Amino acid sequence: MDNKDRREIKKILLMGNPNVGKSAVFSRLTGARVIISNYPGTTVEFMQGVMKVDHTRPTVIDVPGTYSLEATSRAEEVAVKMLEEGDLVINIIDATNLERNLYLTLQLLQRHIPMVVALNMWDDTKHKGIHIDVQRLAQILGVPVVPTCGLTGEGIRQLIEQIPRARSPKKPPCSSEKCWDEIGLIIGEVQKLTHRHHTLLERLEDLSIKPFWGLLVAAAIVFFSFWIIRFLGEGLINGVFTPFFTKVWLPLAYKLSAFLGGAGLMHHILIGGLVNGKIDFGVSFGLLTTGLYVPLGMVFPYIFSFYLVLGLWEDFGYLPRFAVLMDNLMHRLGLHGYAIIPMILGLGCNVPGALAMRLLEERREKFIAATLMATAVPCMAQIAMIVGLVGARGGQYLGIVFGTLLLVLAVKGVLLNKFLKGRSPEILVEIPPYRLPQLVAVVKKLGMRILSFLREALPFVLGGILIINILHAFKIIDFLAYLFSPILRNIWGLPKEAISALIIGFLRKDVAIGMLGPLNLTTKQLVIGSTILAIYFPCVATFTVLVRELGVKDMFKSATLMVITSVIVGGILNLVL
Amino acid sequence: MIIDLTRMKPGECGTVVRLEGGSGFIMRLQNLGIRPGKRIAKVSAHFLRGPITVQVGAANLALGFGMASKVMVEVDRKQYG
Repeated sequence: MDNKDRREIKKILLMGNPNVGKSAVFSRLTGARVIISNYPGTTVEFMQGVMKVDHTRPTVIDVPGTYSLEATSRAEEVAVKMLEEGDLVINIIDATNLERNLYLTLQLLQRHIPMVVALNMWDDTKHKGIHIDVQRLAQILGVPVVPTCGLTGEGIRQLIEQIPRARSPKKPPCSSEKCWDEIGLIIGEVQKLTHRHHTLLERLEDLSIKPFWGLLVAAAIVFFSFWIIRFLGEGLINGVFTPFFTKVWLPLAYKLSAFLGGAGLMHHILIGGLVNGKIDFGVSFGLLTTGLYVPLGMVFPYIFSFYLVLGLWEDFGYLPRFAVLMDNLMHRLGLHGYAIIPMILGLGCNVPGALAMRLLEERREKFIAATLMATAVPCMAQIAMIVGLVGARGGQYLGIVFGTLLLVLAVKGVLLNKFLKGRSPEILVEIPPYRLPQLVAVVKKLGMRILSFLREALPFVLGGILIINILHAFKIIDFLAYLFSPILRNIWGLPKEAISALIIGFLRKDVAIGMLGPLNLTTKQLVIGSTILAIYFPCVATFTVLVRELGVKDMFKSATLMVITSVIVGGILNLVL
Repeated sequence: MIIDLTRMKPGECGTVVRLEGGSGFIMRLQNLGIRPGKRIAKVSAHFLRGPITVQVGAANLALGFGMASKVMVEVDRKQYG
């Protein structure tokens, strides 16, 4: 043991290839308090938590996944830098892909840092017919090796017990070719494969990636998912939230209204305007009426059901397959199949969608994907409001709104692909095996997403309503309405009061669409208004993230394109409807 | 017989003999387990020069048509005539 082995361990690094279940091990090792941070000067995110080893409490860092220490991408550069700051490495290996994973392991063994190896996804080796001699592997590598299963928590305790026994064998460096030769020898000695029968899940795996059947399965899955989301969302609204708001909240709001005297600035801000002497949650626009009803009573049920369904498909391992199947289609838009994943995330909320743009490597594809998402992929909050408001006029109008958005996505993608220099890159992804989702993991992820929705949405919704009420009180809205009325009326056919919705749309799209409610619009105007609100500009939260991901210059171009698109699309709709 | 991945039929197996293209590209393939000497099976090919899916070891991978045309494979196929 040298000095580094003996000194106190303060920083433990979890390192491994992408998709080895590193995050699952991370959440097993650390408690609930986890911080997500950016590595200084980059957009590479990592998670940080604290664990307990004997009587010490070292920090644990979930280092971005990397295949080697040769730093071919920004995430890998960060991983290499972090390695210099760590005191101990837990190298997480996908036991079903031992050979491939050992490359990073060998490189790590050449560094002067104590290490423990976790053979993760151990449970999968059994039904895949893979037998690994763990003791022999530990002997050859010269560090402790522990079989684990991050999803179920198996082996995690043993892994923690081995941390004090971590060591650094300081292997001599080898060329990439030599390393692979050495790995070949190791594999020959420790791994045996036996033939086994295909499981039902594996048969499904094969089926869902075949060109014809795969597309059929994908279509069924998309249809079924939206059906479930709608069924659950509506069920929650009709069964839980509407009864709560009408039976419990409304009487309280009336009491407050009476207490405030039924008028005045405070009443206007808290309760809003009365419609024929009554509070209307959709129209009154007070903080405690519409301000709570929109995010909780209309949007939340859909957010909940969307993220539940998405989380299940994610954990099942379907999304990468969907990406492969969509590859052809996405190439027409200048993207490759994997770009569908930020778009799907964007359907929940554009902010995580924008964050996921970093999955795409090249500037051109990032620009196209971000522009298309911000223009034509409405978030679930918007969708819920459009379904509530436009759907009330008839299902066919929903078809017009969402059909238009899909058409805009396709046309704009084809045009961008045609006129932007460069070519769409090719897909290269690993397709993970199907796994049955673990209830605990699904619930945990759903909880985190809902919390972040509430944290992001509530302040913006309430703030937006507050601002609009103040702007109204000081007649600023009237001035802006007068200023913009030529565009609104002549091109889009909207009344000038719709300007308030466009202003609030910068803050929150769901409230903005809600603001079309009190304007007594015709169905045509409502359809045009909702479509434009989806297209014309991203909400401030998405905008901020996109500026960071694309840079100021590209975001400026992207936003200009959005404004132009909204003018054209709104104009066309106004002519043809 | 050595052919590139795009010319293999779904269900056929072979051994990777050579990767063509730049070092960055070769490194990316190697990281995912595609490198000379490895056994490879073609699983499917998608319409209109779409992505090719293969199995290498226990892993399933998808790669674009252009990339697949740079992976040369000694295929286990009886030559006809």
